[in-house]
Amino acid sequence: MSLPESPMAANPTLDVRNLCTSFYTRAGVLPAVRDVSLQVQPGRILGLVGESGSGKSVTGFSILGLVDAPGRISGGQILFKGQDLTRLSASQLRHLQGNRIAMIFQDPMMTLNPVLRVDTQMIEAVRAHRPLSKRDAREHASRTLALMGIASPEERLRAYPHQLSGGMRQRVAIAIALLHSPDLIIADEPTTALDVTIQAQILSEVQKLVREQGTSLIWITHDLSVVAGLADDVAVMYAGRIVEQGSVADVLDRPQHPYTQGLIDSLPSRNKRGQRLRQIPGMAPDLLSMPSGCAFAERCSRASALCGQEPEPREIAPGQTVRCFHPGAADAQ
Amino acid sequence: MHSDQIPLIELQQVSKTFGKPSSDHAIQRVLQRLHLSRPKPVTHAVDRVDLRIHRGEVVGLVGESGCGKSTLGRMVAGLLPVSSGTASVDGKSLDSLSAEERHAMRLKVQMIFQDPSSSLNPRLRVDRIVGEGALLHGLTDKHGFDDYVSAQLQRAGLSPQLRHRYPHQFSGGQRQRIGIARALAVQPQLLVCDESVAALDVSIQAQILNLFMDLRDELGLTYLFISHDLGVVEHLCDRVVVMYLGRVVESASVDELFARANHPYTQALLAQIPRFDVRSTRYDAIKGEIPSPLNPPAGCHFHPRCPYATARCREEVPALREVSPNHLSACHLNDLS
Repeated sequence: MSLPESPMAANPTLDVRNLCTSFYTRAGVLPAVRDVSLQVQPGRILGLVGESGSGKSVTGFSILGLVDAPGRISGGQILFKGQDLTRLSASQLRHLQGNRIAMIFQDPMMTLNPVLRVDTQMIEAVRAHRPLSKRDAREHASRTLALMGIASPEERLRAYPHQLSGGMRQRVAIAIALLHSPDLIIADEPTTALDVTIQAQILSEVQKLVREQGTSLIWITHDLSVVAGLADDVAVMYAGRIVEQGSVADVLDRPQHPYTQGLIDSLPSRNKRGQRLRQIPGMAPDLLSMPSGCAFAERCSRASALCGQEPEPREIAPGQTVRCFHPGAADAQ
Repeated sequence: MHSDQIPLIELQQVSKTFGKPSSDHAIQRVLQRLHLSRPKPVTHAVDRVDLRIHRGEVVGLVGESGCGKSTLGRMVAGLLPVSSGTASVDGKSLDSLSAEERHAMRLKVQMIFQDPSSSLNPRLRVDRIVGEGALLHGLTDKHGFDDYVSAQLQRAGLSPQLRHRYPHQFSGGQRQRIGIARALAVQPQLLVCDESVAALDVSIQAQILNLFMDLRDELGLTYLFISHDLGVVEHLCDRVVVMYLGRVVESASVDELFARANHPYTQALLAQIPRFDVRSTRYDAIKGEIPSPLNPPAGCHFHPRCPYATARCREEVPALREVSPNHLSACHLNDLS
């Protein structure tokens, strides 16, 4: 695989335009994802960063058509290789799920059935989309496990999920996602619950596979340090909106949105040892009773009267978009 | 550094095993011989650990899951009895104390847990959660209760007006503050924080870490800070203790450890922290996983994953020895140079 091209060129694997997903609860309409637009090119990794409740996971679920009632995609388009997923029927969508688009969850037990052996589950997953004999399917499963750096895959195939360690389970879950060499993988915090050593192993395998197979990957996480080392592009979400996006180098080295800057500044490694950490005051707003205008305004040191209106995304440098009336480097303030 | 003082907490050769070895009855032996019964497994969660915590110190305890760091923390907090070895508080061994003295000693060490929602009783209002311990130990009375609880909440950064609410009405960060207020309410000297910020968002995590640092200055608290997040430990702690499979493998001041890690395990661990300022990392992982403590490898526990392992590492347990002043490491490689 040659070097990934710039985000301008080529056809993106995924092109999400103005996606809105809301949950229609008894307490009111909860806008979990508001006007989210993002693109992922083949062979590139997008880090989708945000805190709990920012809508990063719901964005991932929406792309895969996994939003359950009372949630519903209430607007926008999800173009997967030019095809709008929001217009597909359930059975058309099922042809893509697990085949061309796969998902990896934070908890591998969401993927794995606890009462079936790994081989049963993997063979089933292979044969769901490909007319292979059981024997061939099993062989394919074994090869995919080996690809994920699992030693003695034959032995692992015969195991039940509870006989595997947490890291091993997650690797099996990732292998299942990779079975059909999908064009797009959505990974929702897959290493958050794992130790750093196991996380590093999984990151290294995933990184290799994405580069070799030209897969597009969306890596949903709250950990900026993981994104810094893994992703090519990054989108930062806050209260359902993408507040800043661009290449990792641009957004993490020259953040323009005050929220992105606040997040980066509160990392212990960005502060002098033993000193008080710089913190963002307050907490994220309640999505059920969202203030009008910029959702970050009440925690923001730059907020002005203008912020009572909703800021539109603005391109402030080539490829870097910010949703803020007062963008700028942190030092300028 | 503090060698002349009596440490606040001292553990000497402390071990913790879970599961009892099966009784050595003749019948049992016959059954085992006939493969009708198996010996009960014994887990060595903590294996002959020495630990000293001096007044005012912040000690970080790091390691992978299953390395025994939480078990050690619970023994320090007195929540788990030690299986062997001695634990002393203020130079007095806990075994030598009367029940009454031990009761009082308990107050000196309090624990703050990882998951604030499972460590707070969902059916109690916040004022009872925070104040019940203090009331029981006679630190306040019924008349002063409200004021006392309010003061604790304020110290933990919560509005006292919220004291009649239930835990589910709070966010994760606020719940962690309730847990902190509860610990502070009995006026402890040492806080054992077991992954206390691991479940929190980055911006909330910074707020709680700042609170810990403020409390240290205000109340002169001592901390045992258990975490798998080396970035947090580097920021907060004075000294770091690294555990692997129940044993301490290295212990040094933060600066020393992060600059000159001696043990191959510590080196590998440090190499694998995702760093914010490093772009497009090529992850180069240590091989394998932490072995089961039910059946730990002989000799140095780390040898199956260690790139430098020799024949000696497979047989002989390395002793924890000083490699430079106040820097201890348990590795046979240090004998070679």
